[in-house]
Amino acid sequence: MSTSLTSPENISHPLPTETERVGSTVGRRHYGTHLFLIVMSIVWLVPLLWTVYTSLRPKEATDKYGYWSLHGPFGFSNFTKAWKQGGFSHLFMNSVYIAIPSVILTLALASMMAFAVSRFTWKFNLTLLVMFTAGNLLPPQVLAAPLFEMFKHTSLPYSVSDSGTLLNTYYSVILVDTAFQIGFCTFVLSNYMKALPMDLTEAAMVDGASVWVQYTRIILPLCRPAVAALGTLEVIWIYNDFFWPLLFITDGSRQPVTTGINNLQGQFLSNYSLLAAGATLTVIPTLVIYFALQRQFVAGLTLGASKG
Amino acid sequence: MSSDLPLVGVRPDAGERTPARRRKAGNRKVSRLTSRDKVVLGIMVAIPTLIELLLVWLPTGLSIGLSFTKWNGLALSNIRNAGLSNYSFVVHDYPPFWPAVRHNIIWLLFLGFIATPIGLLLAVLLDQKIKGSRIYQSIFFTPVMLSLVLVGVIWQLVYSRDNGILNHLLGTSGKSNAIDWFGDSNVNLWAALVAATWRHAGYIMILYLAGLKGVDPSLREAAAIDGASAVQTFFRVVFPAMRPINIVIVVITIIESLRAFDIVYVINRGTNGLELISALVIQNLVGEGQIIGLGSALAVILLVISLVPIIFYLVRTFRKES
Repeated sequence: MSTSLTSPENISHPLPTETERVGSTVGRRHYGTHLFLIVMSIVWLVPLLWTVYTSLRPKEATDKYGYWSLHGPFGFSNFTKAWKQGGFSHLFMNSVYIAIPSVILTLALASMMAFAVSRFTWKFNLTLLVMFTAGNLLPPQVLAAPLFEMFKHTSLPYSVSDSGTLLNTYYSVILVDTAFQIGFCTFVLSNYMKALPMDLTEAAMVDGASVWVQYTRIILPLCRPAVAALGTLEVIWIYNDFFWPLLFITDGSRQPVTTGINNLQGQFLSNYSLLAAGATLTVIPTLVIYFALQRQFVAGLTLGASKG
Repeated sequence: MSSDLPLVGVRPDAGERTPARRRKAGNRKVSRLTSRDKVVLGIMVAIPTLIELLLVWLPTGLSIGLSFTKWNGLALSNIRNAGLSNYSFVVHDYPPFWPAVRHNIIWLLFLGFIATPIGLLLAVLLDQKIKGSRIYQSIFFTPVMLSLVLVGVIWQLVYSRDNGILNHLLGTSGKSNAIDWFGDSNVNLWAALVAATWRHAGYIMILYLAGLKGVDPSLREAAAIDGASAVQTFFRVVFPAMRPINIVIVVITIIESLRAFDIVYVINRGTNGLELISALVIQNLVGEGQIIGLGSALAVILLVISLVPIIFYLVRTFRKES
């Protein structure tokens, strides 16, 4: 019987630690394994290191010696240039405007849905859960044309949207990101909630606790590890999302970083140092989130192995 | 002993009660709900369901509908019935369609037979008690955090004909035989696949590390006592024991290869050797010459192919609950 979801400790330690496993391999040297892993690590790191190295060299140095050279000087001038020319302060804020509401909405709605389908037995329970899970597995391109047309034909007052429709607004991306991710989070959270003992809420029921109190005071606090893991994962996924903003937001000044870097690529193509600096800037928030919340992130991935 | 993955591991009986008792308890509870509780529950279900129906399933249905029409995307009154003509055009007269199908199949085979096994190999090696396992894990895992767009940009710097590191390492940079890895339609699909593998293998590694942790150690011990070698133990005992996670990985790999889009779009918008069905859908929807019917027909073809792994996965996951 799997216990991974029933005990919160397991969630915060998704990977085997070195002391956990005592196998028959104790004492062996593994020279071959290390050699192989070191070679693979180098192969894996080269693209990243090359990007960072290129970004640190001013254009004068590369013009003179070429990109493939060890000549200095090194500095951050490419970063300041890329930041200004690429409008990164805007791009980052756009990502924040989209990611924060999307993640909060997704988790709030998915946890309610999961609560209803996992803690109560009624007719369409399974149908709904299947519908939500399947929705998340569809290729986004399948929904693209109708969503685009639906948003184009949805009128909004000009005080809310300067296009007069849902197109070219943050709302469009927030709505679709939320709709698309609810399925995945509902699936994971409903599994988690099913594993919590029924007695918890039955006892509260006897004491006269309403459904809302059961959800907010009993179930949600117990789901904190899963919600934290999903939240971390969703922040990174929605930050990394390229397709929906590409489709709905035509105004470059409103696009999030991941979509914006695509435009910068065209703009910076003649200057690889700037492109490398732009790529490095884009990756920094993900790395910060990852290193701060590494355990939650990895736990989230393994919680929901169904998501790509 | 099932996999560690809750996705496949946790069943309704996880709470250690018989289904009969569960149902009884459930019924009793529903009947005990006050009318206010029912309203609250109704709202908790209705809002997410409405969003899901309106923004995921309605568009899916509309895609199917639009695939039988001719429409330029302007006024709704311009929609004309087109029967099956979009499909017949796609199959018979649309030049990039069959290359895209071929590329999608290559994409799937490459991820399935190269990227995924690399991830599995890394997981198996790191699952042993070796020094620095955490450091190796972090290194292989870093690309998983990057968007596929960024993967495309970073590999652009690696692959560039004159400035990339690869041609420098090969000694061809600046010479006439230098290869433009992303620009040359003979090689760019493979170059893009190497970049996609860079990310996919780390993802598979993490999932398998979790799966390997869930394999009962006594299985390995028993195999060792019987004199099985490490390789035999893995293929005859450990790998079969990970059946649930293997299925998840197969489903992920298929769905990922059908969804592949960002990376080819960033390289050259999915043209010149990098045609994929997903990219063709978008080429027909955005830009000036919007051909909604054609784009929708392509989307429906993508949908039908995707439904195979999706239904397989759903049946496996939910069969026991119904």
